Amino acid sequence: MFEIIGMSPQVLFGQLLLGLINGSFYALLSLGLAIIFGLLNIINFVHGALYMLGAFVALLGLQWLGINYWASLIIAPLLIALLGILMERFLLRKLYREDHLYSLLLTFGLALILEGSFIHWFGISGQAYPVPDALRGGYNLGFMYLPTYRGWIVLASLLVCFGCWYLIERTRLGSLLRAGTENPELLKAFGVNVPLIVTLTYGVGVALAAFAGVLAAPVYQVSPVMGSNLLIVVFAVVVIGGMGSILGSILTGLGMGLVEGLTKVFYPEASTTVIFLVMILVLLTRPAGLFGKEA
Amino acid sequence: MKKIIKTVGAILLAASTSTPILAAISDDAVKIGVLTDMSGPYRASNGPGSVEAAMMAIEDAGNEVAGKPVTLVSADDQNKADIGAARARQWFDVGGVDMVTGLTATSVTLAVKNIAEDKDRLLLVTGSASSSITNEHCSPNLVHWVYDTHALASGTAVALMEQGLDSWYFLTADYTFGTNLQADVAAVVKARGGDVLGAVRHPLSTNDFSSFILQAQGSNAKVIALANAGTDTINAIKAANEFGLVDSGFNMAGLLTTLDVIKGLGTETAKGLYFTTGFYWDRTPETRDWSQRFYERFGAMPTMIQAGVYSAVSHYLKAVEATGSDDRATVLAQMRKTPVRDFFAKNGQIREDGRMVYDMYLARVKAPEDSKGEWDLNEIIRTIPGDQAYRPLSESQCSLITDSNTTSH
Repeated sequence: MFEIIGMSPQVLFGQLLLGLINGSFYALLSLGLAIIFGLLNIINFVHGALYMLGAFVALLGLQWLGINYWASLIIAPLLIALLGILMERFLLRKLYREDHLYSLLLTFGLALILEGSFIHWFGISGQAYPVPDALRGGYNLGFMYLPTYRGWIVLASLLVCFGCWYLIERTRLGSLLRAGTENPELLKAFGVNVPLIVTLTYGVGVALAAFAGVLAAPVYQVSPVMGSNLLIVVFAVVVIGGMGSILGSILTGLGMGLVEGLTKVFYPEASTTVIFLVMILVLLTRPAGLFGKEA
Repeated sequence: MKKIIKTVGAILLAASTSTPILAAISDDAVKIGVLTDMSGPYRASNGPGSVEAAMMAIEDAGNEVAGKPVTLVSADDQNKADIGAARARQWFDVGGVDMVTGLTATSVTLAVKNIAEDKDRLLLVTGSASSSITNEHCSPNLVHWVYDTHALASGTAVALMEQGLDSWYFLTADYTFGTNLQADVAAVVKARGGDVLGAVRHPLSTNDFSSFILQAQGSNAKVIALANAGTDTINAIKAANEFGLVDSGFNMAGLLTTLDVIKGLGTETAKGLYFTTGFYWDRTPETRDWSQRFYERFGAMPTMIQAGVYSAVSHYLKAVEATGSDDRATVLAQMRKTPVRDFFAKNGQIREDGRMVYDMYLARVKAPEDSKGEWDLNEIIRTIPGDQAYRPLSESQCSLITDSNTTSH
């Protein structure tokens, strides 16, 4: 029997796989934040609340209307995207000319209102969402027992993340988006409707949060505070990856999941702080983030 | 001049008729404050439900005692000691509040205790867990009503050890409450010849417990004990379920589990979970009657803490009625003298150290197929007699006890 850094390979691989699963959530959420920051220059503090809202849409859809998991996976992101579009159109748009702080405060306030209302209506303990029948059970991988649903999380979020990356980096729509980030005035001069692109981008960004929320519903408790628990970590991930970097946020999300997974074995007390430690180190050595362009 | 004499005379007369006999009730009213977490992690187990329970107790007393009206105020302490203390001081100084109940986070309770001692008012603590508030931090101004870490530890640990479940692994919230609870349980396990195979300390408010659950699984302990509370307990149990621990023969013990947590998890996920509780709504005809009334008003079945608020406030009001006084020492002496007999406690006794000692219950969450209704969640496995559940006075570090011991020697 050989050991790797003081632990059996079984335990190590198990923890790495779990880290990858958590990293998938970080990747999905930080991708949304990165897209929004990249184009709108908005630090979207309402992201966690919208992730929570996505999970609640799935839960209430199931309880009230009998909408199943697979339909929720489509419906929840669409509904939240619509909500996001309304928010962008009527609230955020008025603040583009102001300092970053104004939109930060606005989105933070919206998050507090959403969370407070849901605590009022549904209580703090939240409710459980059943794992869909097709994804119940699990596989014995030899070194660990992998619940099928956890495997699905990794698969689904990787597909969506790299789908987004492809859309932004390799298609004409994506090139318009990136041009809008670089120089919106010039793009307008070419006759492109930049405000529409901005609105849609925000919609897509928050739809990713809702998608992550539905994915999370069966594994975590659907509770009003589920988003705020996660959001601060995700912001750290975005900072580490480099604000606005698409691929950076995906890879950093997965990577930070792994780092956190290892910490949970070696020094569990630090598992919620280790990401911030990495953030400090990165900011000291590469202030623009691992994948960010130096200004 | 004549008019002035008349007026002065009238005032004197009024003063002389109203002051004697009934002078014992200050401000001509009995005022009760409910100070608890109304917005944070303990809102569901305490919160508005505790206020509702206090209101029920007051209404059941006819809204008045000893001929004086009873009024209720409530506030959110946000689990912050400074906010709770400031509110309590205001209530005592200008609000004329005679007794404060609720009191959830131990830190808030300890801060409010100091003020209650200064102003000589009474605290009936229903929400806090730490047994230290009737041990090294005990006070003549405080009664601890519903449960404490010692009772939770001894109840669950003794019961499971007796079933031959003698190897334990802990998932512990990494702060005072969690480590105290783990220490209390580990002491019981070791004293009975059991093994503690390990423990992992997780940060407060951890989202994903899968890694910790796998570590616990690797220990092959018979019992995985959760020395945490609220959403942490929920997430840990969900992860244990997902990774098939319960089905493969591990026993989960939630050391601090309230009804709202079980309701939130559902029996499918929580089935088989052992825990100690001071109250379950579906235990006797009396508990069912009262809980049904509570449910109709509040829309949820009461937690042990909310039921305890009713019991505490009722017992307090009875003592005020009997003595015709709202003076702290007079009322407390009367409360000590009379056993607590209601749907909540069969023969509760308030000890010198402030602990209200009554029977606790070992409960297990039902399997979904055995659950007949939305709130049919638990079964009571056995009764844990109060004198076994709570720390015996012989082990007490409370100065009220040790001082009286030294004087008698």
